[in-house]
Amino acid sequence: MRLLIRNARLVDGSGELGTADVLVEEGRIASLAGGDAERVLDADGRFLAPALTDPHVHLRTPGQETKEDLATGLAAAARGGYGAVVAMPNTDPVVQEPEQVRALLDEARAYSGARLLVAAALTENQEGRRLTPAALLARAGAVLLTDDGRTNEDAGVLARGLVYAAAAGLAVAVHAEDAGLRAGGVMNDGPLAAELGLAGNPPEAEAARIARDLEVLRYAVRKATALGHAPRLYVQHVSTARGAALIAAARAEGLPVTGEVTPHHLTLTEEVWHGFDARFKVAPPLRTASDVEALIGALERGELSAIGTDHAPHTAAEKERDLENAPFGMPSLEVAFPLLYTELVEKRGLPLAVLIERMTSGPRAALGLAPARLAQGAPADLMLFDPAAKRTVDPARFVSKARYSPWAGRELVGWPRLTLVAGREVWRDAALA
Amino acid sequence: MGALAHLLDFAGWERAQAESLLETARMMEEVLERPMKKVPALKGFTVATVFFEPSTRTKISFELAARRMSADVVGFTGAGSSLAKGESFKDTLLTLQAMALDAYVIRAPVAGMAHQAARWLEGAVVNAGDGRRAHPTQALLDAYTLLDDLETLEGRKVAIVGDVAHSRVARSNAELLPLLGAEVWAAGPAGLLPERLVGARLTTDLDEALEDADAVMVLRLQRERMDEGALPSLREYVAEYQVTEARLARAKPDAPLLHPGPMNRDVELEGTLADGPRSRVERQVRAGEAVRMAVLYHLLVGRAA
Repeated sequence: MRLLIRNARLVDGSGELGTADVLVEEGRIASLAGGDAERVLDADGRFLAPALTDPHVHLRTPGQETKEDLATGLAAAARGGYGAVVAMPNTDPVVQEPEQVRALLDEARAYSGARLLVAAALTENQEGRRLTPAALLARAGAVLLTDDGRTNEDAGVLARGLVYAAAAGLAVAVHAEDAGLRAGGVMNDGPLAAELGLAGNPPEAEAARIARDLEVLRYAVRKATALGHAPRLYVQHVSTARGAALIAAARAEGLPVTGEVTPHHLTLTEEVWHGFDARFKVAPPLRTASDVEALIGALERGELSAIGTDHAPHTAAEKERDLENAPFGMPSLEVAFPLLYTELVEKRGLPLAVLIERMTSGPRAALGLAPARLAQGAPADLMLFDPAAKRTVDPARFVSKARYSPWAGRELVGWPRLTLVAGREVWRDAALA
Repeated sequence: MGALAHLLDFAGWERAQAESLLETARMMEEVLERPMKKVPALKGFTVATVFFEPSTRTKISFELAARRMSADVVGFTGAGSSLAKGESFKDTLLTLQAMALDAYVIRAPVAGMAHQAARWLEGAVVNAGDGRRAHPTQALLDAYTLLDDLETLEGRKVAIVGDVAHSRVARSNAELLPLLGAEVWAAGPAGLLPERLVGARLTTDLDEALEDADAVMVLRLQRERMDEGALPSLREYVAEYQVTEARLARAKPDAPLLHPGPMNRDVELEGTLADGPRSRVERQVRAGEAVRMAVLYHLLVGRAA
């Protein structure tokens, strides 16, 4: 069945492409110049963009389905305008065998929502010792290897992992924090942590680890190049000005590293801790206003080229524990796009195409996936959003199991109204006529 | 200035609020001097002491304070381990709330727990110490004790000595005493000083802090600090930071010596000082009861009015 989306303002990572009528047929964009269709939808001047790709989500399956499961997680992603998400392997059990990857991909086909992409562990049980079977995992469909949730303490293991993953064509993602410096920190280390009496996790813990990992990458590149392979390092959730600067310098010198930044590190600062609320507990922690400024600058310049939500749902009860025992992480799939559209594009003038690029082709390039473009013949993974209609963040309406939000009550614009995956509707807002 | 809803810390407090509480405490101490140490002020109110961390002295002090004013008192003492297991902290509070209580005196091992409780509970919350964050009734009783000796805190130098970084007593005193005009210094080894102590000057030089001090407050040293790598050894601490008769010579003559207890004699202070004429340790205990009576009175009667 053909679908015609009329009067849509087209935008992708290459720029704003003007208003057009987009014909979707057999899961692909058949035409950007209209055509006959069984169904017609009037976009009424709303923006049509490629559906977003989230390189970093926790869907808690298998084993932690009280926090989230594939059905709710993929549906939440679709509502957020995402057409694909990469699920982290720090589940119970850890995803580290090809059979597990295939089982997850099989199960996901039963649900209406974003496409599931699977990251597998870099080391067995994410313990940082024995490597997982990268070639078998890649063949089973894994798109990334990572011990996210844990930090890679042994530089030698990470180095060998990068070299080995490169042979399988996979990037390695790292949660870059020095465990010793981070210690038991629950919020950003500094004067505010001292004042509030909370243990601090210093910005230097991130910078020190990124600096080390860049040297590890240099080693891996040297080893792998001789074999004709190209290691790729993906640094998750960069939260500090210093961390971003290290990555920018490494990229300038040609090292194959990608830096990711999250919606929360782009929009929140440590000041929220005055309220002693574990909803804001996340690792790495929320930093200072000057870090936020540096991250936004690095995002705009492309030094940090991927936005990943690090959607990390926990039960409401878990987030109401005391601040030491509450788990790290916050849900954000359903608010990330309107949040960043409002805060960065509307309020700060970031070009819309830049935001779209960092939420589509930026992460896709890091994963080795084709860029997302609005072009004839491209997959009809599309997202229609409304740049004008205001709506307040209401966690009670989330389809994620984590029905709380650090941004609850914020009035945002840019809400996704329609998400298509391979031309199939996976989210449609009732407000869309 | 509205009625006090909770006593969590001194953030946003004004001087008049603190002075009013201390004035009430003076009236309460008169009650404690009577042969019949009981007034009907809080008859019909129920106060819960909810201790997620053991502290016999503070618990007794609050319970006596409530009973002296004819309030009913119930106590809950939770095992520390139950918190690590999950949701018991909020559930415990909500269960207690279902029993129609009026005030909750909460002692907790982690900073912010009193604030969290205040968010969830209908009644008044008194922070009886939350992690490193605050111990406001301790600071109030310290101020009360100091005012006995010094009459005013205006321009007075108060030196706080020891493990400042981990001390809720230091944080609350550094918030409260400057509100009353005092100049607060905090001294200790580098590993035990915070990056910032709002209201206080920080120094690793004990003598500088003690110089011309009008009063000295000594903090308890937890022995586990050595295991955490914050401090090399007890021997080194004693040599550099123990408050001794000789070092006190730099302070004003007869400067009172306070300690929040429980005390490690011959660790943070020379044992003989604890029983000497400068010591106000027993006075602090008595002041604690009067101050806690005043706090409960302000919270419950102020709220009911």
